[in-house]
Amino acid sequence: MATREVISTGNELAAIAAVDAGCKFFGGYPLTPSSEVMHVISDLLPKIGGTAIQMEDEIAGICCVIGAAMAGDRALTATSGPGVSLKAENLGLAQMAEVPLVLINVMRGGPSTGLPTRVSQGDVLQAKNPSHGDYKSITLCAGSLAECYTETVRAFNLADRFMQPVIVLLDETIGHMHGKAVIPTAQAVEAGIVPRKSFDGPAEEYFPYECEADEPAVLNQMFTGYRYHFTGLHHDKNGFPTEEIETCRKLIQRLEDKVAMHEDELESYEEFMMDDADVMLVAYGSVSLAAKETIRNLRAEGIKAGLFRPITLWPSPAKKMKEYTDKIKNVLVVELNIGQYHSEVQRATARLDIDGLFKVNGRAISPNEIAAKVKELY
Amino acid sequence: MAFNYDKYLRLEKMPTLWCWGCGDGVILKAFVRAIAKMDIKQDDVCVVSGIGCSGRFSSYVDFNTVHTTHGRTVAYATGIKLARPDKLVICVAGDGDALAIGGNHTIHGCRRNIDLTMIIINNFIYGLTNSQTSPTTPKGMWTVSQKAGNIDPTFNTCNLAIAAGASFVARETMLEPKKLEKVLIKAMKHKGFSMMEVLSNCHINLGRKNKMLSAMANLEWIDSITVSKKKYDAMSEEEQLNLLPLGVLKEDTEADEYCDMYAEIQKVHQGQRAKITQDDFAKKI
Repeated sequence: MATREVISTGNELAAIAAVDAGCKFFGGYPLTPSSEVMHVISDLLPKIGGTAIQMEDEIAGICCVIGAAMAGDRALTATSGPGVSLKAENLGLAQMAEVPLVLINVMRGGPSTGLPTRVSQGDVLQAKNPSHGDYKSITLCAGSLAECYTETVRAFNLADRFMQPVIVLLDETIGHMHGKAVIPTAQAVEAGIVPRKSFDGPAEEYFPYECEADEPAVLNQMFTGYRYHFTGLHHDKNGFPTEEIETCRKLIQRLEDKVAMHEDELESYEEFMMDDADVMLVAYGSVSLAAKETIRNLRAEGIKAGLFRPITLWPSPAKKMKEYTDKIKNVLVVELNIGQYHSEVQRATARLDIDGLFKVNGRAISPNEIAAKVKELY
Repeated sequence: MAFNYDKYLRLEKMPTLWCWGCGDGVILKAFVRAIAKMDIKQDDVCVVSGIGCSGRFSSYVDFNTVHTTHGRTVAYATGIKLARPDKLVICVAGDGDALAIGGNHTIHGCRRNIDLTMIIINNFIYGLTNSQTSPTTPKGMWTVSQKAGNIDPTFNTCNLAIAAGASFVARETMLEPKKLEKVLIKAMKHKGFSMMEVLSNCHINLGRKNKMLSAMANLEWIDSITVSKKKYDAMSEEEQLNLLPLGVLKEDTEADEYCDMYAEIQKVHQGQRAKITQDDFAKKI
């Protein structure tokens, strides 16, 4: 893939990525530390005939994005944890009605107003289940400046493949980090765009929600001669409200299975010096940068550490994690929350003796802190 | 020949879930006749509804239809309209939907003056959920959440919309469906945010404990609290106190429409015009 070298920030790269991936609409509300995504994209979209609008609140931000996506455009919103809390109900509608969109969450300290300008990874579980009810979230997490770009691009393609919201988690550190990144060219990204499926037969044979038990809805662009109905209610093959027992059961099971049965298409992780590792660190997002430095330092001292870095957080790379933890005894999850992904690693590996290094004071974890913990434990 | 509604209705969804004698059906029919007279393709129309009895409006009409979350019609419709500015986008909401949970979006839709038509079906109560107080429930009426009598002051929908900047504001009742149809056409043809309040009955959930047990009793009450704008304007403040004026209350065809203004933003970024400055606007603040 043709690449280019840029000097930028994580937030800016996410905005550029969205536009390169074919995003035509942005709706949002200012929220530290994500606002730069809006600042950048509000200049980029009108240039290509797209629209960026600052709405009256976070809820309106997600609603207009869902509206534009229903119309047929690739659409983006960006926010932080408090904004996701407010957007949650409508993310649920997008899950239920199968409307594809991308939400970038640049994580800051929580709960509540928390630490607005400080780093955190406290929204990992929120990303898994932002809204009530049953559905299966897709959440990607950028671990470098370049990934702020590439994961945002991937998010748009996955949203259209699975017809649902895809959350991209950045954190304050990576969102505001400024540096060099090697990213694909816009042409390369454009060539890789896989638009959502559409039906081109006669309108009377079109049933948007009639699909295989593990496949997403096929939603044609609005105003193209296929008139159907969107609703957050349980619905039938045409999208109309129903309480018919089997239809309701099949619908919710399909929302789960369209993701669960295709986890191989979503799985993404990085293995860093894992070949001979006998200490396995698990870290994601900006923390993985500190973890990598820790590993280099530890190896200089003769401790064979390696990093397993999930990139798709939800669904988690459970099989791969288990494969490693079946072989490696010493496993340490490092994260900027009190063990949100630690519990997932425990679940995925069926091991309760997974160690954790957690930090929740709004400050990054330094390589020295991680190294000290490794030496203390193992 | 009688008007044939079939083309515009999803007949397989009939009967509606609305109660016998409900005004929503009369409003739906007036809306369908209005659209039919506008010479617009069904494919080019989008109807966005919220939650409540009025929320089901969208599922009965054969257009591109969206049944959103509670209160968010204008926010969804804003995205649809900005994505496809050449299409006709209509919001249908109830008084609770539009003025309570969705109040923020309603006033900001008015402020932006984006080219949407918002039909607020005001039946003065939360009907679908059995008689809770809405922002338009008259003071002193019984509601299931204020059994001792409602003490909450009311919103005047049209005054709110005028103050918030909507460029077309009208109020009608379901008692005069022909007139409603005409004003609906005006509202939908108007470029800018059109607020169309339609007063309707809910004898089941407003009327049952407020001495309006029948649809007729409820409608007689609506008739008693409404008067034409012309008559209203000629009245003293004291006479106006418990009356709502009917008709087109505001029609400003000069106001900047949001999609048009956003096209100017696009021109700026595409190097086709200079940046927008204060000098571009007569009214700046």
